Amino acid sequence: MSILVDKKTRLVVQGITGSEGSFHAKQMIEYKTKVVAGVTPGKGGTKFDDTDIPIFNTVAEAVKIAKANTSVIFVPPAFAADAILEAANSGIKVIICITEGIPAKDMTMAYNAIKNKDVVLIGPNCPGVISPGQAKVGIMPGFIHKQGKIGVVSRSGTLTYEAVKQLTDLKIGQSTCVGIGGDPIIGSQFINIIKMFNDDPGTEGIVMIGEIGGSAEEDAAAFIKKNVQKPVVGFIAGRTAPAGRRMGHAGAIISGGKGTAAEKMAAMKKAGIKVVESPAEIGITMKKALEEVYGAKKPVKKIATKTTAKKKVVVKRSTKK
Amino acid sequence: MKIHEYQAKELLKKFSVPVQDGFAIKHLDEFEKAIQQLKSQGINQYVVKSQIHAGGRGKGKVYNPENRNEVILEGGVKFTTSVEKAREYAEKILGNLLVTHQTGSEGKIVKTLFIAEGLDYVKELYLGILLDRTVSQNVIMASTEGGVEIEKVAAETPEKIIKVWVDPAIGLQPFQTRELAFALGLSGDNFKNFQKFIKQLYTAYEATDASLLEINPLVITNDNRIVALDAKMNIDDNALFRHPEIMSYRDLGEEDPLEIEASKYNLNYIKLDGNVGCMVNGAGLAMGTMDIIKLAGGEPANFLDVGGGANKETVANGFKIILSDPNVKAILINIFGGIVRCDRVAAGVIDATKTVNVTIPIVVRLEGTNAKEAGVLLKESGLNFEVATTLKDAAEKVTAILKK
Repeated sequence: MSILVDKKTRLVVQGITGSEGSFHAKQMIEYKTKVVAGVTPGKGGTKFDDTDIPIFNTVAEAVKIAKANTSVIFVPPAFAADAILEAANSGIKVIICITEGIPAKDMTMAYNAIKNKDVVLIGPNCPGVISPGQAKVGIMPGFIHKQGKIGVVSRSGTLTYEAVKQLTDLKIGQSTCVGIGGDPIIGSQFINIIKMFNDDPGTEGIVMIGEIGGSAEEDAAAFIKKNVQKPVVGFIAGRTAPAGRRMGHAGAIISGGKGTAAEKMAAMKKAGIKVVESPAEIGITMKKALEEVYGAKKPVKKIATKTTAKKKVVVKRSTKK
Repeated sequence: MKIHEYQAKELLKKFSVPVQDGFAIKHLDEFEKAIQQLKSQGINQYVVKSQIHAGGRGKGKVYNPENRNEVILEGGVKFTTSVEKAREYAEKILGNLLVTHQTGSEGKIVKTLFIAEGLDYVKELYLGILLDRTVSQNVIMASTEGGVEIEKVAAETPEKIIKVWVDPAIGLQPFQTRELAFALGLSGDNFKNFQKFIKQLYTAYEATDASLLEINPLVITNDNRIVALDAKMNIDDNALFRHPEIMSYRDLGEEDPLEIEASKYNLNYIKLDGNVGCMVNGAGLAMGTMDIIKLAGGEPANFLDVGGGANKETVANGFKIILSDPNVKAILINIFGGIVRCDRVAAGVIDATKTVNVTIPIVVRLEGTNAKEAGVLLKESGLNFEVATTLKDAAEKVTAILKK
């Protein structure tokens, strides 16, 4: 099992004729993701490259005619918030926005307009979502992933690839890997994705990779402490970052003494998360955590498949307050 | 992007926000003209204000940049009723080094002065607008504790900060401006004027794509006017494309020369104080790599994200920028090739090493697409690279070098 994207995903690529959009559309098709349509206003009626994939003028047509249920956005920053709104108003249920550099004002408007709708937005400024062996919706390299039972959620791109590679090298597969994005305004926070992983019977452990800035990691840690029995391994990037400087991501900034790595790591440790000091230790720490919980010889043993049955899983987690 | 106080006030005036007025000067010979202009408006008391991209100017100290032991003036913002005194302050500040709690000990050279009208006021308030990322809406913060650091107020007396959040679909509403005005204890004309003020201020914030707009202090003058005495304003970098007029406010003199150089090549570089340089693709992995350097016993000399499209040229330019920092004793290159091909990065590293004549040790870790081919290239280059396979291996190799 997995979350957000799977074999039932019918993908529309918004901005499919741009250089980024067309390159990654091909990569996603190669990974056997069901790309059913593209959208570029003004190019409706044509086909994508040498495929049979139709290009429409609007997302509404892609939903109606090609039965798209998921969208990935490669539209330039000035038009990306509009693309999100178009997808949300056309009946798309999962929107994954890759675009980097969207003005905060545009995202504030788009986020608040769709927050009460029945739609999940991932990103912007993110690598996307992959359920290995099922669907790749984004720009991550498919070959480093391996189908399995660990959920990965992260604010960054290449650091996620690093963690995934470590897991795959240890023969630990992934259920779904979600890049939630490095901007101050993103559609889904750690807590939203961790809820989904917690409810997903196909996910047996969670890797959470945060970074300095904001308080999303602390919020997720509070949720995990209360609700999650599955083992969680965490890392926070940016311990050495100076205050007041934006470290690449618009969201990665320590301001007014808040959002430091030390604060986040402390909150996560308190919640029983296995916090690693070095990003090189993510894979091995998850391996050990799985062995502790599920036993060394049966890392892929079937476990309780409903969260209501979670008490059956014995977890060594401090619940002291 | 940060802008100066005088630039922020220029913008605010366009939105009819009442500000403490004045004239910016870059040379002392412009001083007389500024004073004459103020005098012609009937002004007879003055404030000389240092313009640097850092706060705490009033409580800072002005030093002789040639001799850091010589304090020239206490305070980088000076009030006076005498033109002669104002001139003396201007002479003492302009071109000298202002050190505040926000500049760090290295301080900043004051290249611009704002010669402003001196106001008499009865009350100092605080107003700030910024994005609250926990709810993804803009928040307006107000406090009766103006003129002091708001972080201090937040820490010590958080109940003295009133907040209202603005729904972008409906905008700032009168009930919210009333709530703020009541909470600040205003009445009569001040009550009315404040509401007008905050409405105009919020309009300015939105229209300029600001990411921070702080008025500290906002003052109530002796003659019952509500005026922005100071203005701190940051503009969202992602929105600058639609504000060419604001883009021209960028003051390169306030930025690190290496960071300016890096931005020319689309490299995201931030200079730090350490001894191990690093070059990485992706912001998260770059921060993670800096953390690894620290754990290995070193201190990162920089943050450098070469981005998703790293190629031979970007790598070579990144290399040159890292090496121009004399504190760098070793370099760690960590590239995770997804779309980026590692063999191309390796070719760039080899090229750059040959042309720049590097004498310090370089640890190279290339993983992902075409990593094997990259390893072969590095080995066959005949250059002295320490090739690491995993992140752990890279960290150990950095430690070994630092121990030598």
